[in-house]
Amino acid sequence: MKKETAKTLRAFSIELVVYAVLVVAYFFLVLHFLGGWLHSLEAHHRYSYATVAILLIIGQAVLLESVTTFLLRMLRGRSE
Amino acid sequence: MFFPISGAHISPIYLALVGFLIGILGGFFGVGGSFIAGPALRAVGLDWNFAVGTDLAHIVGKSVVAAKRHRALGNVDLKLGLIMAIGTIGGAEVGAQLIQLLKRAGNVNLVVSVVSIVVYVSISSFMIWESRKSLASARPNTKRDHSAFSHVTRAIQGFKLAPMIHLPASGVRVSFWIILVVAFVGGLFSGFLGGGAGYIRMPSMVYVLGIPTHLAVGTDLFEIIISASYGTFSHAIKGNVDILIALVMNTGAAVGAQIGAISTQYFAGPKIRLAFVPLPLIGAAIVIYTLMSGHKL
Repeated sequence: MKKETAKTLRAFSIELVVYAVLVVAYFFLVLHFLGGWLHSLEAHHRYSYATVAILLIIGQAVLLESVTTFLLRMLRGRSE
Repeated sequence: MFFPISGAHISPIYLALVGFLIGILGGFFGVGGSFIAGPALRAVGLDWNFAVGTDLAHIVGKSVVAAKRHRALGNVDLKLGLIMAIGTIGGAEVGAQLIQLLKRAGNVNLVVSVVSIVVYVSISSFMIWESRKSLASARPNTKRDHSAFSHVTRAIQGFKLAPMIHLPASGVRVSFWIILVVAFVGGLFSGFLGGGAGYIRMPSMVYVLGIPTHLAVGTDLFEIIISASYGTFSHAIKGNVDILIALVMNTGAAVGAQIGAISTQYFAGPKIRLAFVPLPLIGAAIVIYTLMSGHKL
């Protein structure tokens, strides 16, 4: 039991490190390029901005859920 | 990091950590976590109207992750969630209009702060009474979701105003109008105070509709995806959403929400409800501190 818990914690710690690297890259790439465009959209086309905002947040959630699930499965070596 | 839409300077690590914490709470309790996120965003200088709208956007993303996990665990009543979404959207629109009225009157910060304190303290007081009573009267080692408030729930379920809705996933038969009222009240608070208003709706689903706690958590998250998306759209066209802040918060929430959702399977209903009690109180304490310190009110 303890061995299993230790294995899960180790896998989770590694997942967090890998995930943190991906997130930092994401901050610099996506947010840096999107920032100016979204600001301009928000100032001039509110309805388009509102639609894009919802699509972005849902799209990102689906993507991140897939990434975290994939990382967990890969690191634990089995399906949850 | 500078966020040009709201004009705020906020650390992305702070936002991701706040998202992570709220993700765990949201996945476990089925709440949006606005009682933490709202004050946490206010604490770094974001105006209330931006805090409310941005928090709603972040909740959409977090709820997608947590609801997907709860669905895999069999904790989502899709029929109930879809019906509730109708009432919640109506209520959220009325709440958002109230925020606009207060913005024009110039006292949005004070009114929202006072209302949120009253609501948070009331919910915590009721839930600590109910869950402790339920735990005291429950049989040892039982897995059944028992509630000390069940006599009131049964009386509400006995109110047979057509159309009656049968919810096989939850094992409940209740009037459509009661579901709609519960959802409308939740939506009203969602639009007014921000977040998905799970702090109102999750307890209401358990105590008023009689939904088992685990199903209430998962269904609430599913319903929040629909209603918070509508709320986000409504706030975004009013200029209250900084989507860049929400996207950064969601990077932490995606991990936290999965941890929270998986953890629910290890706890019985009354224990989840008792553990819920401190959360609104923490939110109230942060709002009181912000009011008393006079930090950008």
